Amino acid sequence: MQNALQEPQTIVLLGGTSEIGCAIVDELLSPAAKTLVLACRRAEEAEPGRFARPGLHVSVEQFDAADTASHDTFIRGLAAEHGDIDVAIVAFGVLGSQADFDADPQAAADAIHVNYTGAVTASLALAGQMRRQGHGHIAVLSSVAGERGRAANYVYGSSKAGLDAFAQGLADALVPAGVKVTVIRPGFVHSKMTRGMKSAPFATTPRVVGELAVKGMRAGKHTVWTPGVLRYVFSILRHVPRPVFRRLPLG
Amino acid sequence: MNTAPLVSAHRALLAGWGKATPSTAELVEVDEAGLADAVKALPARGGIARGLGRSYGDPAQNSGGHVLRLVPSHDAVHIDDAAGVVTASAGVSLDDLLAVLVPRGWFVPVTPGTRFVTIGGAIASDIHGKNHHIEGSFGNHVTRLRLMLADTTVVDVGPDRDPELFWATVGGMGLTGMILDATFRLIPIETSRISVQTRRLGNLDDVMALMAESDSDFRYSVAWLDLLATGRHLGRGVLTNGEHARHDELDARAAGAPLAYVGKQLVDMPPVVPGPGVINRLSVAAFNELWFRKAPARRDGELQSIPAYFHPLDLVGDWNRVYGRRGFLQYQFVVPFEAEAALRTVIERLAAAALPIFLTVLKRFGPGNPGYLSFPTGGWTLAIDVPANRSGLSELLAGLDRIVLDAGGRHYLAKDFQTSADAIRRGYPRLDEWLAIRKRVDPAGVWASDLSRRLGLTPTA
Repeated sequence: MQNALQEPQTIVLLGGTSEIGCAIVDELLSPAAKTLVLACRRAEEAEPGRFARPGLHVSVEQFDAADTASHDTFIRGLAAEHGDIDVAIVAFGVLGSQADFDADPQAAADAIHVNYTGAVTASLALAGQMRRQGHGHIAVLSSVAGERGRAANYVYGSSKAGLDAFAQGLADALVPAGVKVTVIRPGFVHSKMTRGMKSAPFATTPRVVGELAVKGMRAGKHTVWTPGVLRYVFSILRHVPRPVFRRLPLG
Repeated sequence: MNTAPLVSAHRALLAGWGKATPSTAELVEVDEAGLADAVKALPARGGIARGLGRSYGDPAQNSGGHVLRLVPSHDAVHIDDAAGVVTASAGVSLDDLLAVLVPRGWFVPVTPGTRFVTIGGAIASDIHGKNHHIEGSFGNHVTRLRLMLADTTVVDVGPDRDPELFWATVGGMGLTGMILDATFRLIPIETSRISVQTRRLGNLDDVMALMAESDSDFRYSVAWLDLLATGRHLGRGVLTNGEHARHDELDARAAGAPLAYVGKQLVDMPPVVPGPGVINRLSVAAFNELWFRKAPARRDGELQSIPAYFHPLDLVGDWNRVYGRRGFLQYQFVVPFEAEAALRTVIERLAAAALPIFLTVLKRFGPGNPGYLSFPTGGWTLAIDVPANRSGLSELLAGLDRIVLDAGGRHYLAKDFQTSADAIRRGYPRLDEWLAIRKRVDPAGVWASDLSRRLGLTPTA
């Protein structure tokens, strides 16, 4: 149960090695936190030590975002072991390279399966658990790449567009259950996912995304742009004529 | 006449008075005739009683489970004028009771800062009022109560009948069973007025010194502090002491109707969510300055009505809306008399943090009662309201928790929505005895609330 300051006791990070996900956890942790679950495909890459603090139990669990059939059982198992899930962050995803997808359409299907299908089943499993427990907050990592398809990353972008629409609808569906959903829409973030890539305008860091995400969650926001200016940038970009948009230096 | 039991249920988003962090539950309204069936129908996440929702945090929320509201029966109040006791259904409010009692020359033994609490809630939180230093908390005045246990048996308990279960229920936050009704002693009064002595005091030393010196002379005593004053004005405040006025203190006009009583709300807060600008340091500093200056430096024998003296905030319905949608929390603790230094440190830290706090109440408690989880115990108690959206509040309160606990103090469960299971364990050394009694009457943990899960007061499945 979260306290009056909306500080969770139990946090589940799906995508336990995600830098943005970990940055959100950093901001969520308080003296009230008792359990943190880092759920990831390669458990050995998780860094539970990063979150160590007195009174907090950090657990690393094997979780495969692509194994969608396992998600509901996995979430039910977490609740059975750790109790109510106060906050869950759906942070896993693969960026991939558009060139690779062009060369191998099946690789695109695999990426979409993780970014969209896997995020949907995981979110629905979390939603079911939070409906049963009567409270909870899900943060879903979307991306500005889903706002308007671009030549540079349209497979990734389309998977995030689908997830974003799904999460917006889920948020409304869960209002009567007292469960909140916040969609986080970061711009270009300097992280290992984007290492070696050319930075885009308004680039930011995982830490800033984490701060703004948790601030937005606590304020009850449905959508959080990081940095915030991107909300206004994209309200314009959305309407820029296609020939112009295509030529913009967006990284 | 035999009527069908009343039961209605719907899904509801429920919050405490502080409005921070609500959760959803099935809200079941039920009368006593239907209660056993409602208890048998409780789901795995159990049930908890809810009265008027005036506890600040999460004790009357039960996310994913049921929340039971006991509808009072028609013959809900029985007054025994000869013995000076009343028996009232648990769902009856002090507001309802006062309207009946005061014109007959009786007053409730304890009233908190609002009339809108039920008898069940008054016992479950073992509420205190401005007379604690003389007369103790609500549980001290209860001679008997009927309790429905998890297996739907109904037991009669009191200080002389299964005292263990009685004192586990007094202050037990509804986690031992559903209180059905209670019998408690009343205070005889000659008039419905309070004779009030007011002293405006320029700093904390003066406030504490005068309270220690004078409160044994008055039935009611409380101080309001300005926590935005700093430096040599740190802890300045207004002390009000009161007594039930005697008949010969009334003027001729009032003496004609000495027990006249009108308890009503004057205005409602508008149902809009104010922006973040309403409660801030400047607006509250201005309010506090005004409140301080408005009080007379020294006045004796002023006659005030019961609502004006005891329940000033009840004049404004839903005043809790002023804090906006993030809500607020109330932080209330008690430290022993010998730990005055700890109290002073807490007040210094709060003043230094410059939080927009305008409701700050300081009071001296008398000795506690045998309630295992009853909050009041001899010492100084301080209560503050803080908007829940302040950054740095978590660290500040965690620091205050340590000072309070190291000084041998504790936090009030009816207000708490922030502290930890460890803090409750340290503050309530008889918690294990309480858990054992609870296990005896509710081994499966049928009674559960968001508070009980948050603070580990529910057996884990």
